[in-house]
Amino acid sequence: MRLTALTFTAAVALANVTFAETVAPSDVSFGEGGAIEQSLTGVAGDPVNGKDVIVNKGRGNCVACHSSEAWADTPFHGEVGPLLDGVGDRWSAAELRGILANAKNTFEGTIMPAYYKVDGFTRPGNAYTGKAAEGALDPLLSAQEIEDVVAFLSTLKE
Amino acid sequence: MKLKTITAIAAALFATTAIADEDAELVINGDLEIVTKTAAPAHLSDALDEIMSGWRFRSDGTQAMQMDDFDNPGMAAVDGAAEAWATVEGEKGKSCASCHGDVAESMVGVRAVYPKWNEKAGEVRTLAMQINDCRENQMGAKAYGYTSGDMAAMEALLSVQSRGMPVNVAIDGPVAATWEKGKELYYTRFGQLDLSCANCHEDNYGNMIRADHLSQGQINGFPAYRLKNTKLNTVHDRFKGCVRDTRAETFKPGGAEFIALELYVASRGNGLSVEGPSVRN
Repeated sequence: MRLTALTFTAAVALANVTFAETVAPSDVSFGEGGAIEQSLTGVAGDPVNGKDVIVNKGRGNCVACHSSEAWADTPFHGEVGPLLDGVGDRWSAAELRGILANAKNTFEGTIMPAYYKVDGFTRPGNAYTGKAAEGALDPLLSAQEIEDVVAFLSTLKE
Repeated sequence: MKLKTITAIAAALFATTAIADEDAELVINGDLEIVTKTAAPAHLSDALDEIMSGWRFRSDGTQAMQMDDFDNPGMAAVDGAAEAWATVEGEKGKSCASCHGDVAESMVGVRAVYPKWNEKAGEVRTLAMQINDCRENQMGAKAYGYTSGDMAAMEALLSVQSRGMPVNVAIDGPVAATWEKGKELYYTRFGQLDLSCANCHEDNYGNMIRADHLSQGQINGFPAYRLKNTKLNTVHDRFKGCVRDTRAETFKPGGAEFIALELYVASRGNGLSVEGPSVRN
């Protein structure tokens, strides 16, 4: 019994290593059209958290530029980016993941910031302090947050 | 009749919260006509057909505050600066008025052509730099902080003397290199959000970014009284805030980069009227 439990624990630990290894921003592989086929975490995205990332000013703040019926309960939708109603029909999960991580690979010169990128910036700052960044940058969203947003956007069907 | 009045009031209230009427015209105090929309200057014709003051992008209520000096909260600072203009300060026993006399005569048209080349100093000077040069070298007084309330107020006093006159900043000759540097900064994407001035203010003016209505980022209205921080704001303070909001290490107010950027951005407004002190969100 005890041995079984130990084996089980070991198996879970191993599973975490195998499946839940996060792909670092610099290791992301962009395919054709800027898509990312592989999950960044191996953990299925949580659409409920994904929606929170979209509407929360301190997280993704996607609502600043994008409007959708899907977050009609949040006021003041921006209009800089395209409407995201039905976006799950127009783009695959891999394409959505790529656009979130670095949309410039899909749309050259787009205004959209790259949410999973940590280098190649001009005068990167320490968040919104106006001061220089200290040490390595964190991506704007974590790998799991990207997966969560992908999961939510994938539910937006016409 | 009464019902009509109520309907009109309701409509007016609604309009205050609605988005700006981009076709409204600005007349201050009933007689001073302000050009808030005109053809883009030649150097900008590849990018824009028309240039528009930030006033056009504000809500009806904010627009109205600038239409009467009694309603414009920026005008209080003008009164204070008029007093400072006549006040002797510094080791040399002089006030601004000692050399320049009546501000309403000597300073007409000055704001409209700044930043400009100063031949003697061999540099591009902003109005703030010139004010501080006078204070330090002519008056023997302490320089104002570059973005201080005193500086913003003095800039407002000078702006009022040029209100209604077209912005007419030179971009060639000795300022050409600085202007080019400013243009490069305008189109450079900064910070972790990787945004240039142009991304928002050239490519997306008129669009909402959350609850903010993106303007062309014109500076003909500076110094600007912002309802957001309830004070007069200088151009470099605004630049600093914008660059900060791209998650970038911003530049120093009064530094070479923002001087160049001010010259370039001012020149994008050549043809609009001087408006300062304006009222903005």
